[in-house]
Parts: sequence; C-alpha cells; structure tokens
Amino acid sequence: MPKRTDIKKILLIGSGPIVIGQACEFDYSGTQACKALREEGYKVVLVNSNPATIMTDPEIADATYIEPLTADIIELIIKKERPDALLPTMGGQTALNLAVELAENRVLEKYSVELIGAKLHAIKKAEDRELFKEAMSNIGLEVPKSAYVGSMKDGLESIENIVFPAILRPSFTLGGTGGGIAYNIEEYTELLDKGLKLSPVHQVLVEESVIGWKEYELEVMRDTKDNVVIICSIENFDPMGVHTGDSITVAPAQTLTDKEYQRMRDAAIAIIREIGVDTGGSNIQFAVNPENGRMVVIEMNPRVSRSSALASKATGFPIAKIAAKLAVGLTLDEIPNDITRETPASFEPTIDYVVTKIPRFAFEKFKEADPTLTTQMKSVGEAMSIGRTFKESLQKALRSLEIGSYGFEEMNASPSELKANLKIPNAERLWYIAQAIRDGMSIDEIYRLTWIDPWFLNNMRQIVEMEEEIKGSRGQGVKGSSDKMTSSLEPLNPRTLGPVLRSAKEFGFSDRRVAALIGKTEAEIRKLRNEIGLRPVYKMVDTCAAEFEAHTPYMYSTYEKPFYSVKVSKGQSIFATANPPVCGKDSDALPPLNPPLTKGGQGGVVESEANPSNRKKVVILGSGPNRIGQGIEFDYCCVHAVFALKELGYETIMINCNPETVSTDYDTSDRLYFEPLTIEDVLSIIEVEKPEGVIVQFGGQTPLKLAVPLEKEGVKILGTTPDSIDRAEDRKRFKELLHKLNLKQADSDTAMSPDEAAGAAKKIGYPVMVRPSYVLGGRAMEIVYDENSLLDYMKRAVKASPEHPVLVDKYLEGAIEVDVDAISDGIDVIVGGVMEHIEEAGIHSGDSACSLPPYSLNKNIVDEIKKQTKAMAKELNVIGLMNVQFAVKNNDIYILEVNPRASRTIPYVSKATGVPLAKLAAKVMLGKTLKEIGLAGEKEIRHVAVKEAVFPFDRFSGVDTILGPEMKSTGEVMGIDEDFGTAYAKAQLSCNNRIPTSGKIVISVRDEDKEGICDVVRQLHNMGIEVIATRGTAQHLKNKGIDVEVINKVKEGRPHIVDLIKNREVNFIINTVSDAQAQRDSFSIRRSALQYRVPYTTTVSGARAVVNAIEMLLKKEISIKSIQEYHKNENNQ
Amino acid sequence: MSDKALLVLRDGIVFEGENFGSEGETIGEVVFNTSITGYQEILTDPSYKGQIVTMTYSQIGNYGVNEEDIESIGGIKAEGFIVKEALDFPSNWRSKISLNEYLKKYSIVGIQDIDTRALTRHLRNHGAQMGIISTKDLNPESLFKKVKAHPWISAFDLVKDVTTKEQYQWTEGCWKWCSPPHPPLAKGGQRRGSVVVYDFGVKFNILRNLVEAGFDVTVVPAQTPAEEVLEMNPDGIILSNGPGDPQTVTYAIENTKKLMGKKPIFGICLGHQILGLAMGGRTYKLKFGHHGGNHPVKDLATGRVEITSQNHNYCVDIESVKGQAKLTHKNLYDGTEEGMQHVELPIFSVQHHPEAGPGPNDSAHLFKRFREMIEGNIC
Repeated sequence: MPKRTDIKKILLIGSGPIVIGQACEFDYSGTQACKALREEGYKVVLVNSNPATIMTDPEIADATYIEPLTADIIELIIKKERPDALLPTMGGQTALNLAVELAENRVLEKYSVELIGAKLHAIKKAEDRELFKEAMSNIGLEVPKSAYVGSMKDGLESIENIVFPAILRPSFTLGGTGGGIAYNIEEYTELLDKGLKLSPVHQVLVEESVIGWKEYELEVMRDTKDNVVIICSIENFDPMGVHTGDSITVAPAQTLTDKEYQRMRDAAIAIIREIGVDTGGSNIQFAVNPENGRMVVIEMNPRVSRSSALASKATGFPIAKIAAKLAVGLTLDEIPNDITRETPASFEPTIDYVVTKIPRFAFEKFKEADPTLTTQMKSVGEAMSIGRTFKESLQKALRSLEIGSYGFEEMNASPSELKANLKIPNAERLWYIAQAIRDGMSIDEIYRLTWIDPWFLNNMRQIVEMEEEIKGSRGQGVKGSSDKMTSSLEPLNPRTLGPVLRSAKEFGFSDRRVAALIGKTEAEIRKLRNEIGLRPVYKMVDTCAAEFEAHTPYMYSTYEKPFYSVKVSKGQSIFATANPPVCGKDSDALPPLNPPLTKGGQGGVVESEANPSNRKKVVILGSGPNRIGQGIEFDYCCVHAVFALKELGYETIMINCNPETVSTDYDTSDRLYFEPLTIEDVLSIIEVEKPEGVIVQFGGQTPLKLAVPLEKEGVKILGTTPDSIDRAEDRKRFKELLHKLNLKQADSDTAMSPDEAAGAAKKIGYPVMVRPSYVLGGRAMEIVYDENSLLDYMKRAVKASPEHPVLVDKYLEGAIEVDVDAISDGIDVIVGGVMEHIEEAGIHSGDSACSLPPYSLNKNIVDEIKKQTKAMAKELNVIGLMNVQFAVKNNDIYILEVNPRASRTIPYVSKATGVPLAKLAAKVMLGKTLKEIGLAGEKEIRHVAVKEAVFPFDRFSGVDTILGPEMKSTGEVMGIDEDFGTAYAKAQLSCNNRIPTSGKIVISVRDEDKEGICDVVRQLHNMGIEVIATRGTAQHLKNKGIDVEVINKVKEGRPHIVDLIKNREVNFIINTVSDAQAQRDSFSIRRSALQYRVPYTTTVSGARAVVNAIEMLLKKEISIKSIQEYHKNENNQ
Repeated sequence: MSDKALLVLRDGIVFEGENFGSEGETIGEVVFNTSITGYQEILTDPSYKGQIVTMTYSQIGNYGVNEEDIESIGGIKAEGFIVKEALDFPSNWRSKISLNEYLKKYSIVGIQDIDTRALTRHLRNHGAQMGIISTKDLNPESLFKKVKAHPWISAFDLVKDVTTKEQYQWTEGCWKWCSPPHPPLAKGGQRRGSVVVYDFGVKFNILRNLVEAGFDVTVVPAQTPAEEVLEMNPDGIILSNGPGDPQTVTYAIENTKKLMGKKPIFGICLGHQILGLAMGGRTYKLKFGHHGGNHPVKDLATGRVEITSQNHNYCVDIESVKGQAKLTHKNLYDGTEEGMQHVELPIFSVQHHPEAGPGPNDSAHLFKRFREMIEGNIC
C-alpha cells in the first residue's frame, strides 16, 4: 500500500528528560522516526523538553519545540502548527500518556489531528490492567491472576482466587515502598494492612507470584495489511521478579524449543492483533514456568521501548525507523532492508551470535537507597555486547560496563553472605555467582537460590573452569598472585599459554583478566598475543546470519579459528572477498598439505569481515553506558563529531557499547564497531582500521581515560593534546598555570591522611569541600563545616593514601557559580555561552539549574569571565572545546575547574544559541580554523534559556532530595522564552515542578537563609500568595515585620507540616537545611513532598527564581516558539 | 577435551574442529540452516537425507532433545551436523537427553568449534556442495580425495531410503502447544474428510496438521501405484516433502500424472516439485537453497506476507508450466517460485512448509484451504 497522501504534517512527542526507565533510547527512536518521515516527504513537528537530544537539533525536524511536555503546551503547538497526525509511539510512556490525555480532552478532535501508529482504544487496551486481562482471555491466553484491593475485606475475598505466594504492590508509593511477597495468609494480612496504609489512594494490587519463572520478551511489528513479524526474542538471565530494565538480558532466547518459541510467537501475533495496534512495533513480555512450560502474558507496550532499541541494535533491524514508515501506510514488503539492500523489511531477522545486555546502577550515589533489585527499575544505563557465544558476549559485556571489572573478579564473601547475595537480586549478583561456582557450590544449588536458568549458570561454570586452566598454564613453579597487576618475573611461555589463551579469548576473557590470573600485566598478554598472531576478527551484524551479502559495516569482534584449502598453493587466495589474513605470521602463505592439527594459529586464514577502506578516516570513541555524570550529552557530542567529519569527507568510525544511543545507530557513522571501550578492544580496532587519528574529547571520561594509553601505543589523539588535558586535570600543574596567568583559585590543599586533612582545613578555613582526587560527577564529594565532620568524612568516605590523596578546597559559601563553554582553534577563542547557575556554588554543576545568558551578573563580571576563559584556552593550547567553571563571590572571580573537552552543557548551549559547538569543534580538531568554518564571533541571544536538572529521587525509598556537591541528576530539561522568569517556569514545568500562581507556599529555612528569605516572602505576599512558615522562620519574618501563619515541624506535634502536605493544602515548598541533624529532622517534609508531588526547592536562590517565575506567569500568558524561529529571528538581526 | 574432527568441502576448503556426537566419517551435501531454534526437527526431517547440516546460530543443544518434537520415525535423517558450539548441558523441562547423546544414539557424526559463519559465507558464495566430516581420518588430502570421488547428491533417489515400507493410518494431532492459533479447522459435527499422503519423506507435522484440519490420514509408500490410491477413494491426496532432486523420483511423477484431475491434490516442497514435473514443467537447482524459518513469502491473491519455514534446494520454473498452473506464492527474498495452483483442476502446491516444525505457523491455514478446496469439489 503506498504511503498516505491525505496527511502532510505529523506531530511527534519526545520522551522529555532522561529519567530512570526512559533514557536515550527514545532519542534514538525519535530521531530515526523524524528522519524516516521526512525521507517520505512529510513535514515533522517535534516537541521535547530535553535539549541534550539529537532529535531536538534544528535539522532533524521542520519545527522543533523545546517546550514542557504538558497537554496544554502541546495544545498550543497543535493550534499553531495544525498537524494532520500525531505519532505517539516514539516518545516512551510520556508521549503515550500525553497522547491519551490529548485524545480524551478532545484536543485532537478539535484540531482534526489523527492518532497514527496506535489508536486510543489500542493504547487503553494495552495499558489498562483490566481491559488487557479481558483481551488476553478473549484470545485464550493466560495472565497472572490479580486484583486491585481497596480494603482488608476485599483483600480476603480476592486471595481466594489467587494462589500463594502472592505479590502485593501498594499503588503510588515511591520506589515500590511497602510491596512484598506473602507466602501464607498471615503474611498476607500483615502486608495488606501495611500496604493499604502506605498507599496514598489506599489501594493494593494483589497478584499471583510468578517470581522465579523464566522471563521472555518479543519485539513485534505489524503493518496496515496485517502482516506481522517478530524482530527479536529476548531471554532474561534474571528470572521474573527483577524489572526487565534491571535484568541482564540475552538475545536470542536460548532455552526454548522451536515448539515453545512458536507458541510464544503465535501468542505475540494474536496479542498485537487483539489489542489492535494498527502499525508499528510493540514489546510483549511473557513468563514461563520452568517446571511445566506454562506460559503467561505479563504485559505489552504498544510503542517502541528500551527493549526495541536493544532489539534494533541486536539484530540490525531499525524498529523505530520502520515503525514510522508503517505509521504512514507503507507495508513491510514495500520497505527495503537497509543492510542487505535487496531483501524487504517483511522478514524476521536471524542472528548467528549472542547479545548480552547488562544494566548499570548508581547505588553508590544513593547510599540510603535499598540496592535490592525488584520490579521497580533502578538502573541508570546499560551496556550491550556481541559475541559468537554467550560466554564471549557475557564477558565482553562485563568490561563494557566500565565499573572496573574485566571479568569475574574474585568476591570476598563468607558462605552465608554469598548465599544472601545469590538469593536477593542485586547489582553484583553475577560476580557472586561466579564466586559461588569457584567456591564449589553446585549449579543446582545456585539455581535453587537464584532461579537463574541452569543453561546460563553452566556457561558461567565453564568460564570459571577456564580460569583454572589459565592459571594452570602459567608454567611450572610460578606463583603469581592473582590479584596484583604487577608482573611476576617468570617469562611467559607461548607454548603452554598459547593454546589456553586462544580458548580463553574465545570465551571472551580480557587480556587484563588473563593477566590478573597469572600475575602478569595486560601489556605482556597483548604482546604475547601479537607474537602468536592471536588477534580478534570482526564479524558483521547483518540481520540474516550471512545468508545474504550485507552492505552496512556494523561489526563486532570475536575470536575464530582459521581454515585453509588443500588445493591452493602458496601465495594464492581462494577467497572471493579479499579477506586479509588475520591470523598467523606467514598467513599469506597458505598452509602446506596435511598440516599438524593444532589448536589454531598455525596457518590458514581467519575470516574477518572488517574490510577496512583506504579512505582518510577518524575513529570517534563513544561514552559507554549511561551513568549519573555521563549521559546523553556526551553521546550528542560524539554524534556531532561524526556529522562534522562526514562533512569534511572523512570516513567516520564509531566505537561504543551503549545500545540506547544515536551513536550506535549503524546509520550514524560510516562504520560502527559495537565494542567495549577498553584499551584492548579499542587498540585492536585501530590496528585493523589504521585511522589518521582518534577523537577522545567528546565522550566524557570514558574515552578520555584512554587518551594517554592510546598515545603511548603511538595512536594520534586529535585536538587538544593529552598533555594539555593533564595540565588542566593535575592539581599541581593547574595551580602553576593559574599562577602564571595571574588568575584566582579558592585556597586548596592535598592530604594523604586524616591528620593532614584536618591541618589543611584549619589553614584554609572552614567550610571546606573535600573529595578524592580524580573522580567523576563529584563522587564522594562533601562540604564540611567543622573538624568533627571532616574527620568523620575521612573515616567514612575515603581511604586517603599517597596514591589516592584527598583534595581539600575552600568552600566559597554563597558564591554564584558560572559555567563557560568555549571553542578554540589554537589562534582564536570564541565563547559559546556563559551560564549563570541558579543554585550556589557547592551544588554540583550537573545538578544546578542555570541560565543563559546570566540573569543577575553584571556585564563587567561576565566580560572578565570571558577574558579569563580565553587566556586559559590559549595557555592550554586548546584545539576544540573547553569548559570552565567559575565562582563569583563579592565581585571576585575564582576558577573552580577547567576541562579542555566537551562538557555536559554543550548540547544545551548549542540549542540555546543555535551554534552547533560540538560539530564546529570537531572540524577545528581536524585542522580547520574558526574563520574557515565561519565562526566569527560570539553569538548574542535575545531570549533566555534555562536548564534544569531532573532527579531520580522518587525511584529510591529513603533517599533525601537535598542537593550537594555529589551529582545525582539523571537528565535535564530546557525552558526557553523571552525572559528569565518564564524560561525558568517552563524549565520547572518540564520537570513536573509546576510553579503555582496562587495558593499556599510553605517555608522552612536554616538560620543562614532566614535573612535572605524575607524579600522572597514580601514578594510572594505582594502577589497574593499565602505563606506558611515553621516556627523559627516565622519568628524571624515577624521580627522583620512580616506576618505569616505558623505550622508545626513534625516533632512539634500535630497538625504538622507533613499533614498539610498529605491533605494537599500546599502548592509549593521552600526548605533549606544546614547540618545533618536538621536534615534528618526535615527529611519527612521533602519525602512527602516527593510522594504527593508538591513542587519544592531546597535553596534560597531557587526560591528567588521561583518568585521571578511567578511574577512572569501572572503577567503574561505562556506561549511557545520553535527553535528554528528563535534562531531565524536572530540571524536576521 | 574432545577429539579432533575435520570437515573438508569438495572445493578443498578444510575446517579443523572438535568432534561431538558420534565418531566416524560421513559424506553429504553441506547446507546451512538459519533457524535459531528447531535443531531436533531439522535433524529428524527426512528431507535432509543425504545432507550435512550446518546451523548458522552459534549455540546449539541448549534445550536438549525431547520426545515430542521428532519429525520422523527411526531417528536422525541428516548425514552429519556442524555447529559453532554444542552445549552439553540441556535446560528445558521437556528435555530427555542431550543433543550429544542423541547424535551418538543414531551414530551421527558432528563437528563443532569451527567458524560456521565463514563456512556459511563460503557456501553462499560458492554454492552448496558435497563435504566430508571425519574423526578417524585426519588427513585433509585423503579426505579431499574421498569427497571428490563421491557422487553429487542428485545422483541418488533418496526418497526410497526414507519412505515408509508399509501403509499406515495417522491419528495424532498437533501437540497441544504447537497447534496454530487459528480457530479449530474442523467444526463440531462436520464430517471428517479423508486423505492419502504419499510419503516421499513426510514430516510428522504435515500429518498432525492434516488431523487438525479434520482429515482421516492414510500414509502410503512413495512407490504406491496411482490406481491403488484411487481405489482407496480418498477426498484428497497429499504429495509430501522429501529429500533430493525431484527428477530422480520418476515413479512419483508418473503416478502424479495419473492422479491429476481425479482427486484434489496438495503438494508440499518435493511434492510441489513433483507436481511441476508431472505437468511437464522443469525444475532447477538453487545455488545454496533455502533452509530456515524466516523467509517472507507473499500470497499473490491476498497480498499478505507470511514468514515461512523453508527447506529446499530445487524450484519449479513457473514459465515451464504456463497454461497449466499459475504462480500463487512468491519468495520476497529472491523472487523464486513458492507456490502454484492449477488453472482448472483442484490442485495447488507450495514450496515452503506450512506445517512448520521448525518454523512459523503463518502458513498453517493452507491445510484449511485444502479442506475447503475438497469441500468445494465435493459439492
């Protein structure tokens, strides 16, 4: 069926900020969808509040709105743009929910906007538990028995139909608080009673437990002609009970027979038809009882999802792109398969490798959080890896995670700890399983503790057994310590180690892990491998298991054995494709007849499909799995580097292992290597590709860490040199640099012991900021106000030593923090943007809201900041991007930090100013001057763009929402408008922090802030907003002549502030705290605010911004404007 | 550590690997199958007689071998088995023995730990060809000589090796979980039809699907004369799948000629090719055949695309039966013929496998279509 001609303009809703459960996979799918729709000639209108996305680049859609994702804002966009259709399936649950709201409040009807992809009834049928249950029963499929229960009486009735064990989930509690499993009626009544009390709506979902069952997912696609295909099957390593986002998952499904797989496939097809998803992709989850094969349907997502992004990367089938085309009426058989070119998209990919995804967690950031993995997702990112076998794929995934693991490192655990860590799902369970195997626990016992399928466990057993072989191969009499990275003196024996090493590499062992096992260094193992010609080969992800020729160089590494010909004499190649002989030193000489049967490496060729070109080329290193502190912003920069280099005529080679991203779309770079970002894996690719250079400055810390090791191996690092980067990162060298330039820095010192730290702090003067050296995202960074807290910190948070000193900095209390991004070609330096933080210095820059341009700093200060930035860029000889963090206190400018690389704020600055900084910087790094690429000077903007951070606090029960020097946000939004107040209000709205224009505001601030809050209260009163304050704050206000209502703190008796929140009598909360005791006392305020979704701020500067916002909201109607319009107007200036 | 094994192809390519399954030596046409699941069905599919199968999926043996998923009696029909990694710790609630034990039980030689992707690419580029696996002769040159000396697969009538010796009745329907999701084919109270199945190497799943479609099923040996079958007066006749080159089964072609016009006929795979030849058409060999479970086939009448189970090396040239039959199904991968229907007579056939086993059930409705054709014919 040809594409529809009755629709011309399509509205797409993005998924908003990166939060746990909705990450950059929706940038990937949304970007694909925009591109696909425009390719078909449609006009695309996009709305997304997240500036750090590729999809909000002005080139991706025809009109791009970086505006809050609320129904009323989208209505404004619809009213203005008048799209014919809305595609709601590309922006996660956010977009789907908004589409439902817009349909139900008849906005779509009013403006004749058609929902395409999934209609309202289909969305409701998939999302509503009861409707879904009914639909499944219509087609003869089972779902776990369940019921919503509103009282104990209800509960006792319902449990009669549900067998034990039963799962209880109180509705709308944070982080799944109050849920649990009941194995008998006594536990059940107890849990139910608790759950009903905890749930704000007094409702508990009671469900038959399928915990421990095998968990599967199928990715399904359907077109308008009712053709249905399954793109990928996924089997979860972690059985039911752990959210699929937190589970290790494997593609394809491993332990289903064809009959069982086909049964699931038939069910999936029946489900997509019954639910009535017209076109596009859906994700369907199943649970299978390992005892008898009974299959139940868990849920269906009638949209693209995290799993569909994973499935796309796992198979090479671009689900979102195809889904977008199906939504406009094309059918699967009308769309070509990009990879084979000659075959259509109406097929089911088949693969000849194994894909493993492991989630990455951030529990170290949320110490109070419960690290148990449950049905509530807690991971912040994921790494995916591809190997020919599960063993290889699993071990590659371990090192892709970048958590300092290079294999199954030994875990110190007593037998009982070990058992507990097997039984209770947690982020390190994989390593505990390996340890249990190492300690001799039987697979059967591990299975009974974990319910992880024995197939997976047996594969792990083989890996652990291989460790023993490796250890045994280091030769006679050598006692290498297995945990030391230093080399033992005994030389390596290729004769004994060679064959074992080959097997180990086939099992996915890293050089570093092998080295650790035999007491050698990674470099020694690499050297040995090169000597015996044991190198990885590259195989293609081709959707068809080599049945057809593939044209898209999407590759992964593996170790394979050579093969040879009996017929061909020396020097001739028998192969149609010019495969470079990879293995064997004299591999162009094909082996003699009747070669000795060796374990390989002795002759023949190992087939590699890399086929490197002779073009001039550059490798761009990606940023690996998302984590707090390193997320989508860096992927954005890497993707821009690719775009820029393509424009300059370079072949672009991307190396990355994050399946969620745009950078790992095979459409983005010319060549994609889906590989771990370790020195071993990166070097192997560089040896094959021989690029002109490598870009390490765009992907955050991950590639940056590799700069020096790569340079040591003779690899050219493009742009700012690793030495300059070191000059900015090394405290001593940096101090010298600032001294030379006569610039100011807060007093600081380095301490190797608690005593030294105390001495340093005394000299500098409290408060001080303490942190370990070389950390990312402010990890373990704290502000201490006295010696006791300092010593406590030294004891609790860090182990100071000469190798790992602790940094002690003067904390510039109350200073304004400023971020600057600049670009330099070595001759000129141009400032991209100066951003004034809203929260004061001391709160991590990634967690602070900020405004571009500055909203309170005077021009002289800003000019001086720019001047200093330029001086430093020149001194460091920056070629590319540089970010500087300043603190301004009493008109003094201090330099906090300089990073001569892409920063987290680059996409935000680029969206705010319309200047694609990352792209320009990449060109500069390849030798272009700023003049040549047409960047003449700084861009002045007439609007204001406010960035605000988004936090995952609601995912973790027990976690406080107070901000500090340790970064905790997962994502960001941008509010853009003509003035600061409105832009700030929009940014807050985008974080679900709706600023009230009437009602009541509760204020409770620490002593230091009591003076500062007076003005805020006066202004609120002037605007007719009622203020309620806790006793101390109220008293201070009263002394200043401001009368406010007093409310009890929690410990002061009832009714207290939390009662007020629960009764929904509060519209906003301003709450600041100083010491730990006060923080504990006021914890319940912030927690209930979170639970009852009352917007809040925890800083006075935030409160001032809120006042500013309320003022503007009262003054004018909120309006919208596309990014293209903002920047067009400016260009016409 | 397992023993060594060698695979030598007719064009001289040598792969060194490890033995699994039985030890020994075996020769056959080496073909690759791209199904991720279904090795048990593949091994027991009589159409693989004379062939050595390499699985493109790298992890084989995961779910062991069970009692239900066999496609023929008498065990494994393939001549040898090639995989990247054979996993010997099956995990599935239905598993009875491991793949390794199963291969040993039927003396089938397997080789693992070779680059099966390289082998697949080689077969794709150079065509399916004879190959030899050995664990007892590890001299590549000697094996090369043996495989060179061996005749090509098309030299044999492989059907006679796999067809039933005796006529029998089949009554078992689909395993409760493999029945297609379509509504029951035979409605209650409806009379059961009867079919005779010519066994050229029939897969049990064809018989099971026929039972589900409401037929009493009689299976007869491949050489059964047409007259005998007509005497049985069935409502319809099935020409089954089977191994090898259709041109070698001349008796089947002759019998089919006699049956055409007398009874409704449904041909599957080899049965489809035999029908083509019986109409006076020609068949041709594909470079490396179709073996897998993901090929899109378009039903030209409805425009619908079905994902199909495939296992064939030969095709019917539709031009050669012009005037007698029209093309009904087309393979969207390479445009080859996948099905035809006689222009006048109640005869249709498909090249792919509507019975699945292994593979998708998308085309299972063809059994119902056959039933409808018969009913239309009876009326």
